[in-house]
Amino acid sequence: MSGVDVVNQAYADGLAAGQLLLQRCGDCGRHQFYPRIACSHCTGSKLTWVRAAGGGQIASFTVVRRGVSADFTAPYVVALVDLDEGVRMMTHIIDADPEQLEIGMPVALDFQQVAIAPGRQPVFRPAAP
Amino acid sequence: MLSLSDIAIVGSYETRLGVVPDRGPMALGVEATLGAIADAGLEPAEVDGLITCNSLVAPVMYHAEATAEYAGMAPGHCLSVGTGGGTTFTALRYAAAAIQTGLAHTVVVSMADSMRSFMTRERAMVVQSSSGHPLYEQPYGPTVPAYYALIAQAHMDAFGTTESQFAEAMVSSRAWASLNPSAQYREQVSVEDVLASKPIADPLKLLDCSIVSDGGAAVVLTRLDRARDLPHTPVMLRGYGEGHHYEHISQASSLIASAAADSGRAALEQAGLHVRDIGLAQLYDCFSPALLIQLEDLGFCAKGEGGDYLASGATRPGGQLAVNTHGGMLSHCHPGNPGAMFGLTEAIRQYRGGAGERQLHDLEHTLLHAQGGIMSSHATLILGRPQ
Ligand SMILES: [Zn+2]
Repeated sequence: MSGVDVVNQAYADGLAAGQLLLQRCGDCGRHQFYPRIACSHCTGSKLTWVRAAGGGQIASFTVVRRGVSADFTAPYVVALVDLDEGVRMMTHIIDADPEQLEIGMPVALDFQQVAIAPGRQPVFRPAAP
Repeated sequence: MLSLSDIAIVGSYETRLGVVPDRGPMALGVEATLGAIADAGLEPAEVDGLITCNSLVAPVMYHAEATAEYAGMAPGHCLSVGTGGGTTFTALRYAAAAIQTGLAHTVVVSMADSMRSFMTRERAMVVQSSSGHPLYEQPYGPTVPAYYALIAQAHMDAFGTTESQFAEAMVSSRAWASLNPSAQYREQVSVEDVLASKPIADPLKLLDCSIVSDGGAAVVLTRLDRARDLPHTPVMLRGYGEGHHYEHISQASSLIASAAADSGRAALEQAGLHVRDIGLAQLYDCFSPALLIQLEDLGFCAKGEGGDYLASGATRPGGQLAVNTHGGMLSHCHPGNPGAMFGLTEAIRQYRGGAGERQLHDLEHTLLHAQGGIMSSHATLILGRPQ
């Protein structure tokens, strides 16, 4: 296998450098995640990479009590987080008491090794008040 | 060209289901195919179209063609569909379209799988959760119950829906399943039983989740004028709609409202019906929140009131709307991709008057709904009697 998807590779390179990269559209000005070859809002192709500022809030979450495989040690929190840039991503919430989590709670970006991914992935923790 | 309402379902068959360790997915699929053709009073050589759903347990590259070969058939048209859930009725719609346009005269839609006996539980968890995005979702270890838990949590936050209200889905399902000798699980449960069952992905417990089964089912479609010579009173296709807003849950524009609203509206409009005309709703109850949100989005209750609607007993035997009279995927049979087929074969049984203790009386219009992904891809089908 020799193929490398340029869009996904650029995102992975960002992660390796400790950055969460989003795409911003030069035509409509909106951000998107996950990365694509065209803007999912307007189909524009003038996409540039921007570094996520790191703020967001919980759109929904669940405490997984039975892990998907032996690679994952339950319980763990799978969440959808809305970034301040207007995109949503799946992630983990770390360093939090699951009982204290709620939808709308502000969270802050961090990076952590997760079970089956090759390198550190974006995760979130409750934002400092 | 014929219209959709000229197309009839004339044959229907369910294999043994639940735990079937002595027949793999291909054997079950062939049994269903030949069974449905015999039920229709036809010979295999009279079938010129075969549409099958690939198996998750033992996928093959040319599934419909392999099914035909195993069955000793040589239909002029074969089509294998790869995905689950909503594809069931999508396949049925394409079968009808093939007949409408004259591409084929008589088409079998057949689906079977063996998630229970031919795949380990561990492997099944991984295979099913692989609907998540491989790069941007799966690294976080979401299970299929976790995807639906995200939806349930958002619904609770938006509308005050409670865990007890979600639990009512299984209470209703088991009340119906207790009347169905072929259901895999028939023991009635209470809300307390559901709440006390093992936590899976908060707020969902084991009894908020559908079961894991073996089984297959098939139906035969042809045009009404041919159907009149066949042994069973035909069941007619009246309306169909689809809706697709996203595939991956992280891309959903809304976690609490789905494209079931689009598919339901389109199907009812084509049938010239209102939701109050529906006497039987066979919905896709893979998880309790999926059932609750479908009841809302299809218009059986207002948005946000699904919890109250379920808790009122509306969907149980004797309630205002018969829902999943066979027991649904929560109790009857859920072998993987083919789950919605049993909602269809049960509806046909209800029209034929063979549903025993759970037989509905004066059934006119049935709404069937299936969805794939995580409340992602929706298909709604309306059935009725010949006019
Ligand atoms: Zn754009």
